[in-house]
Amino acid sequence: MSPIVEMRELRKSFGAVDVLKGVTFDVERGQVAAIIGQSGSGKSTALRCIDHLEKINGGELTVCGHALHTDKPDLAALRKDVGIVFQGYNLFPHLTVGQNITMAPKLVHRRSRKEADEIGREMIAKVGLADRWDYYPEQLSGGQQQRVAIARSLAMQPKLMLFDEVTSALDPKLTGEVLRVMEKLASEGMTMILVTHEMQFARNVADKVIYMRDGRVHEMGGPEILSQPSTPELADFVNEEF
Amino acid sequence: MAPGDGAGRHTEERVNYTFDFGAILQHSDLLLDGAWTTLVLAFWATISGFLMGTLCAVGATSGPRWLRAILIGYVEVARNTPLLIQSYFLIFGLASAGVRLPIMVGAVIALVVNVTAYTAEVMRAGIESVRKGQLEAAECLGLSRFQIFMNIILRPAMERVYPSLASLFVLLMLGSSVLSAVGVEELFGTSNRVQSLTYRNFETFIVLGGFYLALTVLMRFVFWALGLVLFPRQRKLGTAL
Amino acid sequence: MNMNFLLLLLDGLKGTVILSLLTFLVGGTAGFIVALSRLSPFAPLRIAAQLWTQVVQGIPLLVIMGIVYFGPAIYGIFAVPPLIAATIAMAIWASAYLGEIWYGCLRSVNKPQWEAAECLGLTRWQRMSRVILPQALRLAIPPTVGFMVIIVKNTSISSLVVGYAELSYNAKVINNSSFEPFLYFGLAGLFYFLVCYPLSVQARALERKLNVANR
Ligand SMILES: Nc1ncnc2c1ncn2[C@@H]1O[C@H](COP(=O)(O)OP(=O)(O)O)[C@@H](O)[C@H]1O
Ligand SMILES: [Mg+2]
Repeated sequence: MSPIVEMRELRKSFGAVDVLKGVTFDVERGQVAAIIGQSGSGKSTALRCIDHLEKINGGELTVCGHALHTDKPDLAALRKDVGIVFQGYNLFPHLTVGQNITMAPKLVHRRSRKEADEIGREMIAKVGLADRWDYYPEQLSGGQQQRVAIARSLAMQPKLMLFDEVTSALDPKLTGEVLRVMEKLASEGMTMILVTHEMQFARNVADKVIYMRDGRVHEMGGPEILSQPSTPELADFVNEEF
Repeated sequence: MAPGDGAGRHTEERVNYTFDFGAILQHSDLLLDGAWTTLVLAFWATISGFLMGTLCAVGATSGPRWLRAILIGYVEVARNTPLLIQSYFLIFGLASAGVRLPIMVGAVIALVVNVTAYTAEVMRAGIESVRKGQLEAAECLGLSRFQIFMNIILRPAMERVYPSLASLFVLLMLGSSVLSAVGVEELFGTSNRVQSLTYRNFETFIVLGGFYLALTVLMRFVFWALGLVLFPRQRKLGTAL
Repeated sequence: MNMNFLLLLLDGLKGTVILSLLTFLVGGTAGFIVALSRLSPFAPLRIAAQLWTQVVQGIPLLVIMGIVYFGPAIYGIFAVPPLIAATIAMAIWASAYLGEIWYGCLRSVNKPQWEAAECLGLTRWQRMSRVILPQALRLAIPPTVGFMVIIVKNTSISSLVVGYAELSYNAKVINNSSFEPFLYFGLAGLFYFLVCYPLSVQARALERKLNVANR
């Protein structure tokens, strides 16, 4: 079976600045891939290209069978297959937790209110916040908001989940509760790509580690490359992060 | 009436003025008619001003460049000239060009042209206050552009600017008194008739003030109640969005 | 276009500017008193100022003009000069709005600042004039400039009840003999715009600057 994400020599620039200078990697169904690297190395940009939040300038990118290097990629279909969670949660402040989660199933999947509520309740239970269904985002801690954001994406029943530094804004205790949710997802077989600075977490959960440096994949392999890096740059990076 | 005119007639009253509100209230049917007309004017101007102002705000934030230029130009002109001149220009102007509108229609048009511009400015601020991350999140959930606009932009924008909008529409109701100058028989317009029937100028204006105050309280109450229905988050938490 | 008419319009513009300035001076002073009263420790004063604000904001300027113009007749004063009557009415009206704006600015000076000033052992007046006012002033300038635009526009109705001759009144007089409403009301509108637009732009720029400084 072909990979869920196939990235070939992907290029992306903002104006005159080349941010991605030919990035190549695959992510197979059920795999968890961790993208690591210094800030500014292009991790977020790569992730955002996968959900077509950035238009790519060159190379090839196929996500869940949707070719994104064509003129008119089918974005509606892409977004049904891919969920993304951001560092800043981006919950809708005027809606309750329940409304945040059920809005897209209702509007995009045209589910009835009852169906959407069922799916939503299942997902909020999965992230351990069943009792917060009627709360508004501002009544929740950062960690709780991030878990709601994860549940909101899951309610669309995506084939692939993207996480962009989802714990960077949280203190260690709250980070732990979000990471546990992600770990559970991984164990259930969800295909995930996560940009992270949590080396410990990457080592425990990831099947594949992608080290990016200056807009390129500098080293890639199983989680063992974190303990036995083959390039001095990754060795330095790992030393700094641990 | 010129200032000097009344002097002779009121000489006897100079020392000991006795208020006579009864004389005014005898004509309360006139005043109530006027108040009703004011409410009707304010109602239509609020509804159409809100709809058109919102459309203008959308055009001015996300339309093509030429449309943005036109809309911003219109908003600036309307906001930096008085309603009275706008009404004279529109109503007398159209009449001179041979377009004879019923006076109420002309009045509503003048009011709407005016209030649309203010609404557009307020709504634009609301729309621009929605952060980019919100739009990206909605886009990634697969919502269409229209769904994003209605659910992620317009609703929170309205919740944020609702107090400003409510004050704006109350000011519009008060400002509609200016239309008496082009012959609309709204609340203020009736004052001329009541004055000439009673010769009680001062009392007329005091009673008029009372009527307007009541209309203001009524409108504020309606907006407050509407806010409770429209914005459940605000009702529950009591905090600004 | 008739030269005399143009001169008449310019003369009206002068009347508009004079009334606007007087309104700002008198109404500003009254508004400042209203704002301070709303922060007074003396409850009746606070309530009176609040009531004043609510009542004045609840009735149209035209009605205030009527009350001010015909009120003195009770005391046997019948010939109030239009400029005086218009100024008083507009000052009453402006005091409620400016009072509200400035009260908001005074209130939004951070609470810690009020407390710090209190701890320094300054008297109430010293606290106000040395610590709170200078900071509130910074916040107050943009909305105040914005309100000046509203003052200028609202002078346009001071001929309707009071009979003060300003730009709109002269335009109407001209229209009555020229029957060219688009031209002369258009010109009058242009004059208003030339006064108001720079103020609006300035108010926005000042506000942006303030927002950047506070970020
Ligand atoms: N929208 C944008 N416009 C211009 N430059 C951008 C934009 N987004 C990212 N960049 C630049 O691209 C580079 C990579 O950014 P990013 O992908 O966010 O890195 P990372 O997530 O690894 O920290 C940075 O130098 C950043 O300044
Ligand atoms: Mg990043």
